[in-house]
Amino acid sequence: MAAAVATPLKFTFSSSHGSTRRLQWRNNQRSVKRPYRGAITAKIEHKPPPYSLEALEPHMSRETFEYHWGKHHRAYVDNLNKQIVGTELDTMPLEEIILATYNKGDLLPPFNNAAQVWNHEFFWESMKPGGGGQPSQEVLDLIKRDFGSFEAFVTEFKAAAATQFGSGWAWLVYKANKLNVGNAVNPLPSEEDKKLVVVKSPNAINPLVYDYSPLLTIDVWEHAYYLDFQNRRPDYISTFMEKLVSWDAVSLRLEAAKARAAEREREEERARNEYEGDDSQTDPQPVEMYGTDSDDSEAD
Amino acid sequence: MALRTLIARNPLRAAAPAASRGLQTFSLPDLSYDYGELEPAISAEIMQLHHQKHHQTYITNYNKALEQLDAAAAKGDASTVVKLQSAIKFNGGGHVNHSIFWKNLAPVRAGGGEPPHGSLHKAIDSNFGSFEALIQKMNAEGAAVQGSGWVWLGLDKEFKRLVVETTGNQASVVVLILHSTPSVSLSSQDPLVTKGASLVPLLGIDVWEHAYYLQYKNVRPDYLKNIWNVINWKYASEVFDKESA
Repeated sequence: MAAAVATPLKFTFSSSHGSTRRLQWRNNQRSVKRPYRGAITAKIEHKPPPYSLEALEPHMSRETFEYHWGKHHRAYVDNLNKQIVGTELDTMPLEEIILATYNKGDLLPPFNNAAQVWNHEFFWESMKPGGGGQPSQEVLDLIKRDFGSFEAFVTEFKAAAATQFGSGWAWLVYKANKLNVGNAVNPLPSEEDKKLVVVKSPNAINPLVYDYSPLLTIDVWEHAYYLDFQNRRPDYISTFMEKLVSWDAVSLRLEAAKARAAEREREEERARNEYEGDDSQTDPQPVEMYGTDSDDSEAD
Repeated sequence: MALRTLIARNPLRAAAPAASRGLQTFSLPDLSYDYGELEPAISAEIMQLHHQKHHQTYITNYNKALEQLDAAAAKGDASTVVKLQSAIKFNGGGHVNHSIFWKNLAPVRAGGGEPPHGSLHKAIDSNFGSFEALIQKMNAEGAAVQGSGWVWLGLDKEFKRLVVETTGNQASVVVLILHSTPSVSLSSQDPLVTKGASLVPLLGIDVWEHAYYLQYKNVRPDYLKNIWNVINWKYASEVFDKESA
């Protein structure tokens, strides 16, 4: 659970998110190798999609994958590795690089590359051959609860993707955080606070930086669809929903997101109990500020 | 193409007033060259899609937003008026920018690629050192635009100097937008004037992926290198002379 790499280069990423952030995503991002000096450096990997480059034809062409995965995604990986080598970021998992370089909105140079690496991996895994159709019952129930109906969700997701002006992404996310203020406590926590939400983001921004759990994404940078659809972004979006989306991936991600949210709640509970416990030890009884003896201040 | 009207028309003014309230709407301006005449720098396929699909869509959506704005303003519907701002800025900006862009391009037979002479040439030398230095700077800034945007050569009328600017998704103002409450408009079709009220665009290069992808794919720098062969410096000089008078 604690940071795994203990080297002189270790970056202490202090966060209010707690160690539950470690439970995130996949930890198969890194191939660790030891250069001659003995210090550990790790390279971000250019991960292939979980299917061959022509597997999504005719809905997304092999040619698109050759450029989109083979050139765009690869360039983000290569450029990121060049930027982080020898720096503190070099020992961090990808998600931590993203959060550190997001820098509360004042983006540091590696952010675009790091976030785009993450986004593209997430995107390939959001699709599968023979995709489309309907989600699992559990996901469907949540969709119906939070959007009214599956059709209403699809409409909103498509609209978000179509109206993301310029380059960016549209997402289905699981929003588990209840309050944005660090030390505030929700007086009436309930399952209803955890919602499925559709969001859109520009360029490289993704919902990790807002502490949401992404479940699904579609890339609406023009390079994602221009070879296959030219300007017809709405057709691309429809094809994605009808033929490509992997509801299996969404289910897996939802499970992980719920587990994280539950773990975080337990941690917050523990932290609160500790705090209150300390108080009761040092201050077992209320202190009497004013004695019951006669007050001499008004004595003649 | 040849059937189009010969009447000179400023596409940034209203083309046809709408019936009742006199709302001015817009229509697609003609190119003064055929789609294939900018090859090999820019392919005919790209020119046709860019003009007939992308620019037309900006105009269609701009007109729609203007009509909705007109109706909302007449009713005093303030929240709708505010909600429409990002669609107006984006689609109106797209129309403004592309209208300039078509005039920034010309086939070689019409002087495309021919460097400027006269006062603009002098101004370029004194502001950037040399014509080549300007090209290099615009190529570097154009390549560095993250996502979608434009790179401009502009005249700053207030300080009487030339500047190179980019309008595009700016790193410092990106926010996550919840779909149900769009609040911040993105800058990827912002006209140059949004970077400074005294800025006049002389020359803009579209670096949205749709401007080059079918031909150059991910290699934006090659597009930037080649487009100078069809840049219409005559138009830029005319604007410069007029605006610096």
